[in-house]
Amino acid sequence: MTTATINGLEVHVDEEGFLTNYQEWTEDLAAVLAANIGVELTDEHWRVLRFLREDFAKQGETATIRRTSTVGGFDTKALFVLFPKKPAKKMAYIAGLPKPKGCV
Amino acid sequence: MTNERTDTTAPVPNFDGGETDRKLAIICSKGNLDMAYPGLVLANAALGEGVEVHLFFTFWGFDMITKKRMKGLKLTPLGNTAMHLPQGLGGVPGVTAMATALMRKHIAAVGVPEVPDFLDQIVASGGHLWACKMSADMMKLLKDDLYDAVEGIINASDFIEIASGARLLFI
Repeated sequence: MTTATINGLEVHVDEEGFLTNYQEWTEDLAAVLAANIGVELTDEHWRVLRFLREDFAKQGETATIRRTSTVGGFDTKALFVLFPKKPAKKMAYIAGLPKPKGCV
Repeated sequence: MTNERTDTTAPVPNFDGGETDRKLAIICSKGNLDMAYPGLVLANAALGEGVEVHLFFTFWGFDMITKKRMKGLKLTPLGNTAMHLPQGLGGVPGVTAMATALMRKHIAAVGVPEVPDFLDQIVASGGHLWACKMSADMMKLLKDDLYDAVEGIINASDFIEIASGARLLFI
């Protein structure tokens, strides 16, 4: 476990840079994380991120693309546009959550 | 915590690093319910990692994309010792239906979609579906008989061309 300072906040991150403490995430932080991986957050990104945060709070696990689409109601195609190439991991990173564990 | 260290900058995941042109081609040749899933799960996972994916359906794998059959794939204990049932039981009427219903329940319980839904998701994620010409000819099936998102009925050489540079998986 490493602590790092992002945007003036001291946070815990894993070796890849994913936040490891749910509580340490803030919306300001999300904007910095998104910029780190070349994503500019729009309202649509925020709707997805809020769903992921809320779902994690309930389930204790990061939603997969499948769950984000079936439970969150987001279009799979749109997720690939919002978070290109690796949507599940990019969404998790920006939302300050671990990578999804589920296969599907 | 004693093993903590403090960095001023956090590492950033290398999402776009490594190979940028990865490509995977999966040949789906089986029509059993249990054998439909490995290809679908791997295709879906690869798409989620930014890999270009092509699925080629051939022989019994055609059941996965044939409109009339794709919803009704079955699982049989016959010849499958991993189900640990007496082999004679597999031939008893109703056992295949029972095994299939049970498998469907287990698949749904882990949040994995049925075959048609799964194909929808794969296509929405950018995956490409192809049907084998020889199988279509043998089974007398036309493009209209197949799942709408199948991009074409192609021959073996077409597929070899499409799969150029891809990792190949035969299921």
